Amino acid sequence: MTVTTNLLLMLIIGLFAGTMGAILGIGGGMLVTPILTIALGLDIKYAIGAGIIVVIATSSGATIAFLKDEMLNLRVAMFLEIATTLGAVAGAALNGVIPKSILYILFSLLVLNSSWKMIKKLRPTAGQQALPDVQSDYLATKLRLNGNYYDKALHRDISYQVRNVPGGFLMMLVAGLASGLLGIGSGAFKVIAMDNIMQMPLKPSSATSNLMMGVTAAASATVYFFNGTILPQIAVPLAVGVVFGATLGSRIMQHLQPKVIRLIFIPILLYLGVQMFLKGFGVNI
Amino acid sequence: MKSKEMKTIELVIGKILRIGVVISVTVMLLGLILFLWQQSGGYPHNRFPSSPAAIYQGLLTLKPYAVMMLGIFLLILTPVLRVVVSIYAFWKEHDQLYVYITTTVLIILVVAMVGGYWIRH
Repeated sequence: MTVTTNLLLMLIIGLFAGTMGAILGIGGGMLVTPILTIALGLDIKYAIGAGIIVVIATSSGATIAFLKDEMLNLRVAMFLEIATTLGAVAGAALNGVIPKSILYILFSLLVLNSSWKMIKKLRPTAGQQALPDVQSDYLATKLRLNGNYYDKALHRDISYQVRNVPGGFLMMLVAGLASGLLGIGSGAFKVIAMDNIMQMPLKPSSATSNLMMGVTAAASATVYFFNGTILPQIAVPLAVGVVFGATLGSRIMQHLQPKVIRLIFIPILLYLGVQMFLKGFGVNI
Repeated sequence: MKSKEMKTIELVIGKILRIGVVISVTVMLLGLILFLWQQSGGYPHNRFPSSPAAIYQGLLTLKPYAVMMLGIFLLILTPVLRVVVSIYAFWKEHDQLYVYITTTVLIILVVAMVGGYWIRH
């Protein structure tokens, strides 16, 4: 493969990962690392290094669009970033101590569990569009985490309450740990923490998750940067592709119904879950 | 509830992020163009610089890999810069609680950066 084709290929992979990552609220690292290792045969070490850069690029690119549309909850992001950055630092420190196979299996079970939860949510219940009547807990009020956003698909302002803050915080520690250890954005875990545990609506939780991923990834990216794990000829074209892809993806996302987003989300979560599970046993497909 | 001030904060942070992304992507594109032009990263055996001193040395002679690594480093710094600006913004809004919360995040990030640098050396 010539240098030029290689760079163009990385640009295209970056565009794809950026678009999908922004739509699904995942960092793109989860998409890039399997492509680089399985399709292109790159050493997983360097794929993880490129993955963490892709995560930052997706996050920064997507956040620009979300900020304009006021979808994200800045206080929720800031408060939970304490957990994700601590987890990321711990994950980077633990890297090489814990066998990755065990982690792959553990995380695959979590991912499969969350896709099952999303499948259950797809079944229409009474008053489908109505938000669940969530009572905010003491901590959410104290930390002023409750928010509102304008829903373009429904054409109205939606206010929401947040609950179970300690549960969400704990899940964010796990999300940070996964991010630092495996070089992923672990956006799926962040959406689980906010959407499933804290009962935030899917759109603001996706937007907030995108924003948080950049800061979380920055905590471990410097380690990878300084120890020479980030290859410029791979990470640079990927990152450039991702920035443009993420901007595109976040525009598309705002015009989709939550149900459509979930429909796209479920098979991807299932695929990632199965792939991670098999990887834990040393099977690569 | 989202106040007017909060919206101002978010817009300022959005602008900072955009500037950071534009600068880092521009530097990365420049590095890519240099690479395609020279058909090489500028280092023997396809090596690349990863310490600040080595990157600085490479930048003086416009080595493609040095420019590309600078672009990546600027991209990593963008979210850190966002946290710094958020502290200022919350402080301006007299939101003491979130000044403390955001400062805690910054301290964790700085410790991680310094730690990452020292692990290698």
